[in-house]
Order: sequence, then structure tokens, then C-alpha cells
Amino acid sequence: MRVFDHFLRYKKHFVLGPIFKLLEAIFELLLPLLMARIIDEGILNHDLNTITKVGLMMLALTISGYGFSIICQYFASVASQGVGTSLRNALYQKINELTQEQVQHLGSNTLTTRINSDVNQIQLAVAMLIRLAVRAPFIVIGSVVLAGIINLQLTAIFVAVMILIALVLYSTMRKSIPFYRRIQGKIDQLTLVLSENLSGVRVIRAFAAQHRETKRFKEASQDVRQDLIRVGRIAAVMNPLTYLFVNCGILLVLWFGGKQVDGGLLLSGQVVALVNYLTQIFLALVVVANITVIFTRGFASSARVNEILKLQPQFTEGALDVIPSSFTQLEVQDLGFRYQDSHIDFLQHISFTVEEGEILGIIGGTGSGKSTLAYLLNRLYDASCGRILFYGRELKDYRFKTLRDSIGLVMQKNALLSGTLRYNLGLSDPSIDDERMIEALRVAQAYDFVFKDKQGLDAVIEQGGKNLSGGQRQRLCIARTLCKQPRILILDDSFSALDYATDYALRSALRSTYPHMTMVFISQRISSIQYANQILVLDQGKQVSLGTHDELLKASVVYQEIYRSQNGGAEHD
Amino acid sequence: MTKMVWNRILELLKGYRHLMVLALLFACLQVVFSLIIPIYTGYAIDQMLGVAQVNFSALVGIISKMAVFTVIAVFAQWGLTLTLNQLSYSIIHRLRCESVDVIEHLPIKTLDERAHGDFISRVVTDVEIISDGLIQGLPQLFSGILTILGTLAFMFSISASITLIVLISTPISMIVASQISKKSYSRFKQQSATRGELTGYANEFLENPMLVRVFSYQEETIHLFSEINQRLYSSGQKAQFYSSLTNPSTRLINNTLYTLIGIIGAISAMNGGMSVGSLSAFLVYSTQFMKPFNEISGVLTELQNALASLQRVIDLLDMKQEIEPEGLHELSAIDGAIDMQDVAFSYTDKPFIEHFSMTIEPKRIVAIVGPTGCGKTTLINLIMRFYEINSGVIRIDDWSLDDISKDSLRHSIGMVLQDSWLFKGTIKENIAYGRPDASDEEIIQVAKETYLHDFILRMKDGYDTVVSEEDTGISQGQKQLLCLARVILSNPPVLILDEATSNIDTRTERAIQVTIDRMMEQKTSIIIAHRLSTIEKADKIIVMKDGRIIETGKHQELLSKHGFYSQLYQAQFENQ
Repeated sequence: MRVFDHFLRYKKHFVLGPIFKLLEAIFELLLPLLMARIIDEGILNHDLNTITKVGLMMLALTISGYGFSIICQYFASVASQGVGTSLRNALYQKINELTQEQVQHLGSNTLTTRINSDVNQIQLAVAMLIRLAVRAPFIVIGSVVLAGIINLQLTAIFVAVMILIALVLYSTMRKSIPFYRRIQGKIDQLTLVLSENLSGVRVIRAFAAQHRETKRFKEASQDVRQDLIRVGRIAAVMNPLTYLFVNCGILLVLWFGGKQVDGGLLLSGQVVALVNYLTQIFLALVVVANITVIFTRGFASSARVNEILKLQPQFTEGALDVIPSSFTQLEVQDLGFRYQDSHIDFLQHISFTVEEGEILGIIGGTGSGKSTLAYLLNRLYDASCGRILFYGRELKDYRFKTLRDSIGLVMQKNALLSGTLRYNLGLSDPSIDDERMIEALRVAQAYDFVFKDKQGLDAVIEQGGKNLSGGQRQRLCIARTLCKQPRILILDDSFSALDYATDYALRSALRSTYPHMTMVFISQRISSIQYANQILVLDQGKQVSLGTHDELLKASVVYQEIYRSQNGGAEHD
Repeated sequence: MTKMVWNRILELLKGYRHLMVLALLFACLQVVFSLIIPIYTGYAIDQMLGVAQVNFSALVGIISKMAVFTVIAVFAQWGLTLTLNQLSYSIIHRLRCESVDVIEHLPIKTLDERAHGDFISRVVTDVEIISDGLIQGLPQLFSGILTILGTLAFMFSISASITLIVLISTPISMIVASQISKKSYSRFKQQSATRGELTGYANEFLENPMLVRVFSYQEETIHLFSEINQRLYSSGQKAQFYSSLTNPSTRLINNTLYTLIGIIGAISAMNGGMSVGSLSAFLVYSTQFMKPFNEISGVLTELQNALASLQRVIDLLDMKQEIEPEGLHELSAIDGAIDMQDVAFSYTDKPFIEHFSMTIEPKRIVAIVGPTGCGKTTLINLIMRFYEINSGVIRIDDWSLDDISKDSLRHSIGMVLQDSWLFKGTIKENIAYGRPDASDEEIIQVAKETYLHDFILRMKDGYDTVVSEEDTGISQGQKQLLCLARVILSNPPVLILDEATSNIDTRTERAIQVTIDRMMEQKTSIIIAHRLSTIEKADKIIVMKDGRIIETGKHQELLSKHGFYSQLYQAQFENQ
């Protein structure tokens, strides 16, 4: 669904709102016409009766016009806020449907601006569209028609004035749309700098670089300001030019009208009416000129929203939501991966098999592709070549939820959300009971520090878990994944902030509490993986060797080096 | 709408006095000349008495005068728009700058406690709404009032009695408008608060796309988002509807007025009280008179919206900042002795660290070990003055931290944290973060020393490849190496490594150890690490538990004590 489709949801409002507005506008237009009757029939004929009758009619029109406009305003508020709400939902949903790589590529800052600033602009444009934009053309066209009834010749002036004004509006709009797109892009940049200022505050202050960051923000803001002023210059000519053309029209009407009055073709009251119509047109057009800016921004913003809405996820989920039994649990066949816009393979020719309840260790240097492999096992990315079979079926056959509930990944970068601990632990399934959470906390060696406070599971966690230590965060993240009770647990360097004793206690508790759970330990520490059934050694994305600790010690040079780097010191002691 | 807010508005406009004056001038010109024109229209019509009775020479005179007035009004309006643009966009810019100036000085605690998205919503969206409403609105209000006054004056000059009718109706429309805007203000306030909540919520998940996917949280988060969004809809729809009633309501009053003027004017003209031309001018005025009322009432609701946003921005600007007193000592070349005496600190109301004392001699390597959550990182936070101690004193080279400027303190300390942080920029910029003036050679040199060079060269644009924290194409360990390279390049006299190599594999770690060792020469270094191999060489090891120091000494001394340290140390071999 594109932006326009969201408009269609409010078809009724988009049609009825302006119709009521039209009725109001027609009534309003009739007022000067009736006034002309008062002047020309009432005053000139000294007819008090006509004056009161027509006067009362005008009052009735005014009051019913008010009723109509309230209805229109109501429709406008429903449609504009409705379109905005529906667009925000659609954007947020789309973002969540996209793959990790796509979202990462877009960046959170631009997504934030699009959900906020851009949708706001569209919302405003919709409100104005219903409330004003339709009214204005009615008034303008209506005025011209009524003027035509009074005097066809002088109406030519009206038409000329309007053509000129239309040209002005069109060309300013055309000129400024690209500007507004660029401005929204610069607001993205502004948001980026600001959110980096917030998320990187410790590093920024540690380098005493606050002033520099603040300056960076101010430059971005200044950039926005200058573009706004520049585009403002284009828009600034609209109102004065409209005024100029309308007034020229009035002057011409007075001159030629005077000639016609002289020739007996026109009454002076009719000249008054014509001038009034031009004034009406002017007032309506001022509104149009003002909302032209809003529309222009709205167009620019809806293009940006469409950019997101039209994205298709790089891959989608399968339909399988039951896990077949009696197959090899996990089979990786000649797996390879590279990022979309990268020219290096992050993984090449990876093959291994894991049976239920086994432990697989993965070890390798920094940047050797360990995390990437974990992401592939969770289908956060799709393999570029090769296959991953989970119980005999390819990962892409499964529904995401089925897959990710069965293969629980503890990410290397621990991420906790602001809210209670219970909320964080119940992320995969809010119905998880306290008992299961407590068990998970115990296994993750987090029970003690959690229940040291009386809040326990209701303890408040700040954004990103900033009120916890690194090791505490890691353990809570492990507990969170354990709450899923996955068949395969992948721990991506999840013990790095733990001391060795806790590391050991955690691994033992994992084994004894969940004896049938398959575990994949990605680690830098030989001690964490040496009892694994098999160990996969990665080096620069390649599978160097696969085997048990003892086998690798004999056969794998890389593994030996790693081993020496960790035990070398001890040997000399 | 308190008086305080108005004071803030005036304060905000202060620096732009010349623009304000210019805007007023243009507005006056525009109002006066666009008001004169209808009078002359009336004159012109009065020249058209009937068939063959049109006074063309007078008509030409009138029309040419009108042409001149039009031109003046056009230029005045153009000038007004340009001035207002300048004014309003400058104020947006200024509000944003003031906001980040405040954020720059907010305690880290405040930043940790609040949703970052809410800050973003205030600085980006709320500021925009302020400028749309307030800045564009105030002058409109002004020129509206001018128009009303001017119109009244002109009308009086034509007919006093009819003008009185107009005057009587004025309070009515003002009352209606203010009633409506009162109603909408509270809705607008609610709307912008909910908008901040929505941004805060969404932002947390947008920054963690992987978390949502790994926990299949999409449906739930979409659902929760749409719930907040629904609340935003309902407050937004109400705010918009109530506020949009102002215009039709004043129009109702004004059209009624128009009709009444017509009827009364017609009767009086019938009785010879006024000419048809005057009546026509009068009618044009009453339309003119309506226009500013409509505008003002429209502006009033925009103002409500703007004020609601302004309140949120003011709340941000008024947040408690950490402002340093003037004349603090600027640390320069220091030895790097660190001394903590009887320090107490707590994150909440529960004491976390009490009676804590520790001394670190200059140019020594000190390691802090202990179970997670024992307060190691807290110590770093205190030394860096990310958090303020409750009592006691921390000294660096005999200077109490309270007496030296934070910037100079932090310039003297290089810190690498476990949580790496890259900003969106090139690799080069990221490495040179602490020393933006570093040459390419120096950058490449440290990249080589941290074993990043080969990896960087393999990337798409080498050192100019743009990376960000969200980037998964660069591993956590590599991010840590980048952070390490940053500090090596800036070369400060004190070094703090808080689990700085936890995601780096041991082979690489071993390889860069040479670099780290060299960096630590002639420096005071504080190391926090679980890998005990990295701390064996420390001159002093401080063992912490529950916010207290329980053991201190060298590696061998501590081992022979068979205390807590020795247990920790044995753990890494026992469990293999």
C-alpha cells in the first residue's frame, strides 16, 4: 500500500467533507449576490420589504453554512489524523517486515524522521486539502461563474487574472518540491547527529568532544535553516503576486465597468458585486498560496514515505510451523555469505552437522565470521550459497517465529529495553510465567542480583540496560533467550563480560538444567568450548577445521595458536 | 498558558529585534495601503452615477492612485514574508541550538533515564511546530490586529452608527475564539506528549532491529505501537477538530454581521443617510474586517498547538544542567596519580559504594577485578565524572576533581569501554575522533598497530568506508579494536581500559598486547578485565566485591594469600 492507498481508506471523508464545504462556500458566495439585490432592488426602489426578506434569507444561509462547515471540519480531522495514524502504522509494520540488513542499511534516524516529521507533513496537507483546498477553487470558479452571469465581457478579466495566478502557483510548487525533499533529508541528518549525541554520550564526553558534537549538530541545523530560508524565498513571491494580479483585475473592472455603466450596459451595484467577487477570489487564493507550501512539503514527504512502503523484504518466511522429527537436527551444507553491497565473502564453504543435545563450539579470530554464522542460523540473513537444514528442512521453509523460537540466539551486543525485567524476559512470549523466568534467571546466574532487590522481576530497567553492569546485562540477555526454551541455544560471545567462575557456573547450570538442549558456543575462550562435541574453527570466513578439542590440538595450526595464546602464559609459570 | 511562557517567548524574540521592527514596518505599510484601496474603490464607484454620467477624468485619477497603492502594498507584503521567514527559521535554529547546548550539559544519569526518542521528538518535531504556529502566527496576529484597528478607523470615518454594531460583535467573536482555543490547548498538550511517547517507543526498537527479529517480537511491537498510535489519533483528532471550529465560528459571526450591515446600511441609504458607494465601501470593509478575525482565530489555535510544544521544549531547556563554575584549573601535563578518599556513591537511594578509598601511584598499572556488578565500572564513571560522588574526595595529581574542569580531566584520560561506539562516518574519522587533526599516516599507523589495517583495506572504500554502530558488516571485536585505536592515537597520560578487549580473540589480543604495553609505558593505567592473563603484569591488583575493596597486592602476593583473587584465578583453569 502506498500513501495514496491510505487516502482511499477515507474516501467517504474526502468526498463528503469537501461537499459540505462546497455547500458552505456556495452559501457564502450567494451573500454578495443577495446584497446586490438589496442595493439594486431595495435601495433604488425604496422597497423595505425586499430588503428584510432578502436579509433574512442571508441570515438563514449563514447559519446553515455554519452547520455544514462543522461537519466538514469533523470529516477533515478524522481523515487527516486517520491517514497519519494509518501511515505510521504501515511504516512501522513495513519496517518490521524488512530484513535486518535492510533496516540497518536505512538507519534508524531516517526511519524516525519518516514516521514523525514526514507523516506530520502529510497529515497537515490532508487536513488542508479537505478544509481549504477544495473550498478555494469552488469560491474561485463560483465567483467567476457568478461574475459571468452579471457581465460576460468583464469576466474575461477574471479569467486572465486566474490564469496568471495559476501559473505562479504551479511554478513555485514545481520549483520548491525538490527543496523540501532535500530539507527532509537534512532533518534525517539532524536526527542522526542528535541520536548519536545521546547514545554515544559516554564516549563523546570521555573525549571531551561535546563541543564538537554540539557544533556538528548546530551545523546540521544551520544547514536546514539555510535551505528553509532559500525555499522560503521562492514561496514568498506567491502572495504578493496574487495580490498584484487581483488588484490589477479590480482596476480593470473599475475602468471598463465605468465605461459600461456610462454606456448603460451595467449598473453601479453590479460593479460593486464584481469587485466583491474579485476580493473573494483574492481571499480564497491567499489561502491557496499558503497551503501550496503545505502541499509541496506534503508531496515531498509522501515520496519519502513511499520509498519505505514500496520496499520489499529481501526474503520472506516459509509456511512450516511444526518441526518435523527424526531428522538430523542441524545440517549446514557448503554455506557462503556476503553482504549485499560488499565485495568480500564473509563466509565460505562452511559445512557441519549437529545432533540433538550436542554442543558445538565455534572459535576464530576477530572478524572471522562467527557472528555472521550465528545470524545465518537464525535467518537474520539469507545465505548467498549453500543450505542450512533444520530437522531436514531448509530454514526458509519455516515460519520466522517457529524458527527463532526453536533456535534461540543470544546476541553478542546485548540489548535490553526500557521497562520492567519481566517485560524484557517475556519478550518472545508475554505469557511466560514467573516460574520459568526465575528458572532462567537461576541458570543464567542472575537470580542473586535480581532478587537482592525486593522488586525482583518488577525491577525497572533503563533504556539499553544502562543501570546495569555489562556482566549483569549479559546474564539477563541469556536468561531472556532461555525463557524461550529453545531446542538450540546459540551463545554469541555471551560470556565475555563474565568472570571465569560465573562463566563456569553458568555453563554447568545450562548443561544440568537443559540436558537435551543443543548448544552452540561462540567464544574466544578455549575453556568455554573445549568440552564441546565438536569445534568449528573459522579464519577469515573460511572453515579451517572441525573436530574435538583433542583432534584440533593435534591437527589444526590455527587452533593450536589460539590455544597457545591462552595457555602460553600458564605454561611458563 | 502561564505568564512564564510569554516571558520565554519575548526572551526568544529578543535577539531578533531588528527583524521584528522590520516586520512591523512592513506589516503597517501593507495594512495601511491595502485598507486604502477599498476606499478608492468606493470613490471610483461613486463616479459612476449612471448612463452617460460617469466622470472619466476623476476615474482615471482614482485608478492611477490605486495602482500606486497596490504596488506599495505588494512590496510591503513581499518584504514581510521574507522577514518572517528569516525570523522564524532563525528561531527554529536557535531553539535547536539551545536545546543541544542544554543536552550537552545534562548529567548522564538524566540521559540514561529518559527515552532518547522523546528528546528527538522535542528537538525536531516540537520545535518545528513552534515555528509554524508561534513565529508565523504572532505577526499574523499583529497584522490582524492592525487591520482591525485600521478598518475600524476607516469605518468610523464613513458611518459611526454602523461601526458601533460592528464593535458590539467584536467581543462575541473574541470570546468564542478564546473558549475554543482553551479547549484545544489541553488536547494539543496531550497530543504532543503522546507524540513524544510514540517516538520514544519506536526509536528504541528502530535502533535494535535485530532484537525484534530474534525474539519474533514484530507482531507484539506493531501491536503496542498501534496502541500508542491510536491514542495519538484520538488526542490529535480531537485537538484538530476543536481547534478547527474557530474559523467557522468566527465566520458565522462575521457573516451575520455582514448581513446586518447590509440591511441597516440599505435602510439608511434608502433614507438618504449614505451613498451607495459608501455602502459598497462599507461592505468591503466588513469583509476585510472579517478576514483578520478569521486569521486571528485560526492563528489562536495554531498558537495553542505551538504553546503546547513550546512547553515541552521549555521543559527540556529547564532541565537541571551540570554547569561548571568559572576559573577551574585546567589540567595539562600530569603525572597521573589518582587518589580516592572515603568516597560514597549511590545510583538510587540505596548506598552502592561507601567509605571507599584507593590510591594509584603515577605511571603504574592497576588492575581492578571482581565479580560483575561489584562496582568496577562505577569507579570509572566516578573518575571520569560521569556521575557525581555523594561524599568524599577524588584527586588527580593532588587536584580535587571538583577544582578542575571536566574537559581537561577527560582530555587527560583515555577510556575504552566494553560497549564500543562508532558514529556514522568513515573509518578514518572514527579513528581520529580524539584527535581530528591526525594525519593519514598516523591513522594508518595505529590501524596497523591494532591489526585493523588489512581488514580496512579489504573494505569497499578502505579508510573512507562509512561505518556506523548499527553496521553488522564489521564485527564487535573489530569495533573494539577501532575504539582502542582511537585512544592510542589520542595518547593521553592516563589510560582506562574497561573490558576493552573482551570481544577480541586471544590471538589478536596477544598480538596487539605489544601495542598496549607500549601505550601503557609512562602512563597511569587502570585495567578492568576478566581475562586474568591481561592483568598478571599489573603493578597492583585491586579486588572488589559488593562495592568494597577486599584484597590488594601483586599477582603472586594475592595468589599466595589463597583468598578471593586466587579463587577467581583458579576458576579459569579448574573448569577446563
